[in-house]
Amino acid sequence: MTAVNGVDLEVFVGECFGLLGPNGAGKTTTVEILEGLTNPDGGAVELLGQRWNDGDDRALRERIGVQLQETQLAEKVTVVETVRLFRSFYQRGHSIDEVIGTVALEEKRNSRVGKLSGGQKQRLAVACALVSDPELLFLDEPTTGLDPQARLSLWDIVEKFRTRGGTILLTTHYMEEATRLCDRVAIMDHGKVIALGTPAELISSLGADQVIEFSVTNALSDDDLTSLPAVKNLHKRGEVYALTVSEIGVALPALLAEIKQQQSEVVTLTTHQATLEDVFVSLTGRMLRDG
Amino acid sequence: MAEANETLVQGRQPDVEKSTSLHPLVELTAMRVREFLREKEAVFWVFIFPVLMTFALGIAFRNTAPDKTPVAIEATNPVKANELAQSLSASPDITPMVMTESEAAQALRSGKVSIVVSPHDDSFEYRFDPTRPESRTARLMVDDALQRAKGRTDIAKISEERVTEPGARYVDFLVPGLIGMNLMGSGLWGLGFTVVIARSRKILKRFAATPMRRSHYLFSFMLSRLVFLVLEVAAVVVFAWLAFDFTVRGSWLSVTLITMLGGFTFSGLGLLVAARPTTIEGVSGLMNFIMLPMWLLSGTFFSSERFPQVLQPFIQALPLTALNSALRSVMNEGAALTSNWIPISILLAWCVFSFIVALKIFKWQ
Repeated sequence: MTAVNGVDLEVFVGECFGLLGPNGAGKTTTVEILEGLTNPDGGAVELLGQRWNDGDDRALRERIGVQLQETQLAEKVTVVETVRLFRSFYQRGHSIDEVIGTVALEEKRNSRVGKLSGGQKQRLAVACALVSDPELLFLDEPTTGLDPQARLSLWDIVEKFRTRGGTILLTTHYMEEATRLCDRVAIMDHGKVIALGTPAELISSLGADQVIEFSVTNALSDDDLTSLPAVKNLHKRGEVYALTVSEIGVALPALLAEIKQQQSEVVTLTTHQATLEDVFVSLTGRMLRDG
Repeated sequence: MAEANETLVQGRQPDVEKSTSLHPLVELTAMRVREFLREKEAVFWVFIFPVLMTFALGIAFRNTAPDKTPVAIEATNPVKANELAQSLSASPDITPMVMTESEAAQALRSGKVSIVVSPHDDSFEYRFDPTRPESRTARLMVDDALQRAKGRTDIAKISEERVTEPGARYVDFLVPGLIGMNLMGSGLWGLGFTVVIARSRKILKRFAATPMRRSHYLFSFMLSRLVFLVLEVAAVVVFAWLAFDFTVRGSWLSVTLITMLGGFTFSGLGLLVAARPTTIEGVSGLMNFIMLPMWLLSGTFFSSERFPQVLQPFIQALPLTALNSALRSVMNEGAALTSNWIPISILLAWCVFSFIVALKIFKWQ
């Protein structure tokens, strides 16, 4: 089985690079190849000027910090004991208390891992990745399954690391996370990179900055819709039409007039600023969350 | 946010010095010990259970003055039966009980009595199961008491000296066996489950993403086993000493070296069974497959020499048989290490073999 095929990426020092894609797109496989945990069948990976299996993997591991999507740290040990253990693996790095402070777990310092909330566990996992003061930090779906509050506090930690010059490679299937954190984003689907650029570039590649989503009582023809003024693109998911438009002030009245003329009626109608989600939809015809 | 950044940058210098106080091997071992001690069930099975077992078995098989043999007398002829009961109760070893024919049959079947005697007009009938050792003994005792009451006299002159030596009691045999069995259980379970749980929770994979030396991880298990081994063995030995006056006849150094070797050997086997499985079910099956033959055959509760001759080469090659026999020879007989070179070589061979294979096939993901 090929999970990832022909992924060609370059991540620059000091940037936050995002791999965005639905579950099963090959993000984790890509990251684990970069982390030296999975051996690729082909291709080359160069990290911080070094390659894996070049005889000095341990020196390379000293320089990276890793948070894995599925790791569940031991439950019977405390926060400080866990960080201490990870700290002991590295020659240099932060002090244990500093890292616990960085991820705001001071109050949970002596709590057992099993008693932490999901967000706290994830912050601890990030603390274990940060304890060596890495040059490059890998975060694999760091906020999946977290509530909005916990997600915000994790974003804070990532931004702090980035501000002090750290390089980050993170995977996510949340477009707002990629938009907020990442300097550049690669959108992945079925093991391939289907788009690459800054979030702004990717969104502007739609040639439109607004999206109208609506459903109607009687179906409309695609041609009638795409020929409306300011409409750049049309996608249909079930009953819902999504029009990407360059000027909403022009497109919306024309659309409503067209619906009326076709003797149809509006059931639902929303508009929003175009997002990375719309980029993904326009490239694949699917939503990110659909997987 | 800016403040936090500054502390991070400033903090870096003193950190470098601090790192020397943390050795990964020490931290990993400390983690093992903590995790174990915080697992209440594990503490029970490793420390409390063997002590309870020593106590229960030591009591059940204690060597006190032998109990009186229960004998049923059929009351078909009440006068004769009472007369017989009278003459049998003259013997200090017999408790005669008069009961009906059906009661007597039931008592014999259920093992409540060892033999049934029915008095006839001018003869006696013994009913017993010759495959039961206590019934054969009962037959001899009843016959002796009965013939004596009827006037038989001894021809040869006999004198008796009764000897019950410490070191030859069942509890003395049992204690080294329980220690061996316990070392096997805690080695296999302790390592097997811990490693497989760490693998299934992707902790092993996470460790593999750090510069941690893999040998440190595996070696930390050895060290933590050493810590617990001392406590495990001490718990059983001290208890047996207090409760049953158990003594170690050989040197403590020999006992220590053999238990350490046993502990390492079973840690190696634990590592071997845990080298690949990714689920608890998988490793449990393997552990039972390895431990069951040894529970049955390795002579923990009774001597393994009772098994047929054809099985002996296989039984003697099992690590638990070797450990039990070396422990018994040192603890009960006071033998030296050198006279145990065969079981010690068997243990060493298992130890080296399992470690090498385990390291070769160990999966980190």
